Amino acid sequence: MSREASRIVGRASAGRGTIVIAAALVLLLVGIVLSAGLGQLAIGPGEVVGSILRAIGIDNSWAPSDGMIERTLWQIRFPRVIMSLLVGAALSVAGAVMQAIFGNPLAEPGVVGVSSGAALGASASITLGLSVFGGWTVAVFAFLGGLAATLIVYLTARAQGRTEIVTLLLTGVAINAFAGAGMALFTFIGDTSSREQIVFWQLGSLNGSRWNEVAIVAVVSAVAAFIAILLAHQYDLLSLGDRTAAHLGVRVERLRIVSIVLVSLLTGVGVAFVGVISFVGLVVPHLMRMILGPSHRLLLVSSMVGGGVLLIYADLLARTLVEAADLPIGMLTSLVGGPFFFWLIRRNRKKAGGWA
Amino acid sequence: MSAPRPGGGIAQQASGVGFRAGGLAILSDVTLDVRYGQVVALVGPNGAGKSTLLGVLAGDVSPSTGSVLLDGRPLGEWPPRELARARSVLLQANQVAFSFTAQQVIDMGRAPWIGSPQAEEDERAIREATEAADVGHLTKRGFPHLSGGEKARVSLARVLAQETRVVLLDEPTAALDLRHQEAVLQIARRLAAEGKAVIVVLHDLSLAGAYADEIAILARGSLVARGAPSEVLTEERIAEVYGTPVRVTEDPDTGRPVVTPRRSL
Repeated sequence: MSREASRIVGRASAGRGTIVIAAALVLLLVGIVLSAGLGQLAIGPGEVVGSILRAIGIDNSWAPSDGMIERTLWQIRFPRVIMSLLVGAALSVAGAVMQAIFGNPLAEPGVVGVSSGAALGASASITLGLSVFGGWTVAVFAFLGGLAATLIVYLTARAQGRTEIVTLLLTGVAINAFAGAGMALFTFIGDTSSREQIVFWQLGSLNGSRWNEVAIVAVVSAVAAFIAILLAHQYDLLSLGDRTAAHLGVRVERLRIVSIVLVSLLTGVGVAFVGVISFVGLVVPHLMRMILGPSHRLLLVSSMVGGGVLLIYADLLARTLVEAADLPIGMLTSLVGGPFFFWLIRRNRKKAGGWA
Repeated sequence: MSAPRPGGGIAQQASGVGFRAGGLAILSDVTLDVRYGQVVALVGPNGAGKSTLLGVLAGDVSPSTGSVLLDGRPLGEWPPRELARARSVLLQANQVAFSFTAQQVIDMGRAPWIGSPQAEEDERAIREATEAADVGHLTKRGFPHLSGGEKARVSLARVLAQETRVVLLDEPTAALDLRHQEAVLQIARRLAAEGKAVIVVLHDLSLAGAYADEIAILARGSLVARGAPSEVLTEERIAEVYGTPVRVTEDPDTGRPVVTPRRSL
């Protein structure tokens, strides 16, 4: 009978999951069309859809005949929209994975310093003019910076299979402070163009996304997200604690190491091209957990879609909120995510007397 | 492979096990074998090394000296998944990081069997475990919101659902009321009757005396006595090990030893 209940519970949350993901996909498509259409050169939704259809080989009368509109769509708007979708999805999955391995809903790449570690790596390669990995150089250094930061957080904040929240957040404070100082150093010693790029990394912006960058982000984040989803059931078991997960057959240490690499990849590749965008990995998985429960397969898939939606609309706001100005998106997400973080802390204080 | 061996064979064997942490000897030269079809109780004062010994038997920590075998094979040689199909462990503290329901937590006990023919048995195993641990009314509740005793029982159901031939329980009765304490040890007896090996850490000597086939007394990391309850639970030995006088009487219904502290008010 209890199994019956379980199946019903399972079906209910799977049903709800389908609805949430379907709704998010609709929002996503609307967001793509809206975001591609709005801007200094306004393009109607019909023209946007028409242009996409024509590109995939369906000739139609909606497609714009003006070459200027075509170029704006395909060279400026679409790469940017797809980039925001990919980075939002990657950061949300990174957040959910990090929360799973720390067993803590507050772990987030931005909050614990992984993003700024990646930004430091990226700005080091810029200022020092490194090009050892060709077009991938900045991405590789961002990944290495993020990996170093994640390892430091992991080694500092975890003891005897537990993560102390205070230690976790203090480690984040320390890493963010160090990375901030490192970026200040590179800003100081860099030339004008490196300075501009570093400022851009600190604030985060999707402006000027190019197709080749989009392709790199797409490949890396798709592979990493796919692996994370394959590991979903092990993340569920990990929430029982390290020892119990091991008793159920999980190779805990290996799972953690793989996950740390995944988080660094997902965060690093986004940061490499668009800079630091905080709180996405905190807000999206948290909302999805509230709606759909903590089961990781559904959580990861829905966070992926939800993160894409959030960043498409956030970037649309960043571009259109102030006329003729492109607001830094990292600033925007922090302006919204910061208060959310406060709310999360207050809510938890009331419910459970805070985090010890 | 999953079926418990017919009673009598040796399930787990610890030989000369020592464990040191930070220069401190927590276990020294513990030799113990546990047979299928037996309930073995580990008792002893606080800090005697009971939980550490259970951790060593579970394969969580490798002993500094000596060896631990399961079915004649060193624990370190067992692939994790195969080990999870052979032995289950209930720890003292059972926390769950996110708000999984009790049902989801019990279901997780079946994780080792994913992809095996035994996965067919999932439904039955979960149903029986839920009934045995008396948690049918809790299944829809969020695990973090349960009381300590309820958490312990849901976790017990998770362990039972795993359906392994060796079951290790670390103080399964600590947070439980009288009725559920008895129920847990009756479950342990039933598992042994099915041919499984049960190793249980207990504080209540009368509970151990009533339900265990054998009792092993640990004191300061060493095994000081081992045998049938009536042989092991003597007034002199308990007084010496625990440093407090006790009276051992015989339960008129079962003939089993009952240990009560001698009190003067």
